[in-house]
Amino acid sequence: MERIPILRIGDYLLATIQVDMHDQLALQLQEDLTSAIERHTSKGVLIDISALEMVDSFIGRMISDISNMGRILDARTVLVGMQPAVAITLVELGLSLQGVATALNVDRGMAMLRAAPTDE
Amino acid sequence: MASSTIMASALRKHQKKILGEWVQTLHDDASDSKKARISPQELNAQAEEFLQLLTAVVSSGNPEDSHSAQFKALQDFLEGLSRSRVQQGFSSAETATFIFSFKKPLFAALRTEAGSNADELAQEIWTATKLLDDLGLTTVNTYQRAREEVINRQQQEMLELSTPVVKLWEGILGLPMIGTLDSARTQIVMESLLHKIVETGSEIAIIDITGVPTVDTLVAQHLLKTVTAIRLMGADCIISGVRPQIAQTIVHLGVDLQGVTTKANLADALALALKRTGATLTR
Repeated sequence: MERIPILRIGDYLLATIQVDMHDQLALQLQEDLTSAIERHTSKGVLIDISALEMVDSFIGRMISDISNMGRILDARTVLVGMQPAVAITLVELGLSLQGVATALNVDRGMAMLRAAPTDE
Repeated sequence: MASSTIMASALRKHQKKILGEWVQTLHDDASDSKKARISPQELNAQAEEFLQLLTAVVSSGNPEDSHSAQFKALQDFLEGLSRSRVQQGFSSAETATFIFSFKKPLFAALRTEAGSNADELAQEIWTATKLLDDLGLTTVNTYQRAREEVINRQQQEMLELSTPVVKLWEGILGLPMIGTLDSARTQIVMESLLHKIVETGSEIAIIDITGVPTVDTLVAQHLLKTVTAIRLMGADCIISGVRPQIAQTIVHLGVDLQGVTTKANLADALALALKRTGATLTR
């Protein structure tokens, strides 16, 4: 079955969405990512959606949900590389993803994670 | 067809006389400002060409057939004429008068030609009136269309001119908004700004609304949408150039601008942006 690969980079996880998301894939990612955070006790998660060109309300909500789940599992989640069209669509759909950190690209997102103060 | 032959022969026989009288009326009617816009020679040439084309239509045997080649030629001529009148700055009434003033000399010629035959004259005048009215309406229609084209083009140009996204500094984009914001404009502004952010990898965008005359709930809504979209992409947005009246309006309207950084002027916004990117300014 098709899956979105989740890469581990030190304390952080990187999920890159390279294909068009469909509902099942999004649910699978949610499952995989949360268990990966738990397994690796990751401190941060980067979700790269730079290749995602189309979103509907469901995928939009999934993205928001996954980000929030990451946060609850004590991993700072940063959504990186959103395309203009996707951003406009999400805004028009009324999904402003309050509380979700965003960055322009993976590089900046990683810098953001590293700069984030840790609780310990 | 008996009726149109009278008009055809009247047009042919009295061509000089009709043309003379018509051109005279055109010149007499013309106000000073109108005279300045079009030379007598040009007007004469146009009158002559119109008369020739009209004669062709009437001689074709069926002047009421609006699909004949002759009629098409006449219409094309009138369309060209109306367009040039628009560019020369004539009003629609002045444009239509060019055709309608032709009636008087034509009717005079018809009366001479028909002689004492009142029935035929009445019939003939009806045909001529109908034809000329149609042509007059064509000119007015074309005139309006041409004007609308001009308006549309100007609107398009305004849209293109009004959304320049400028790079103020490494990583800082500026967007000076000028004019009223409506949905169509905001959409274009938003898109061009977001694309520029991706293109340049800028972290901060400053939207300057000094040139926006009024802010109502709709405009505020559009601004908020733009700010949210920018944030979603991972960049920051500062709104600058909020004038006192606009600040009052926004608060009175109950628009929630919380979470949006606002600054009174572009200089302050730039200073803040520079600070955020880690640049230091020294005098």
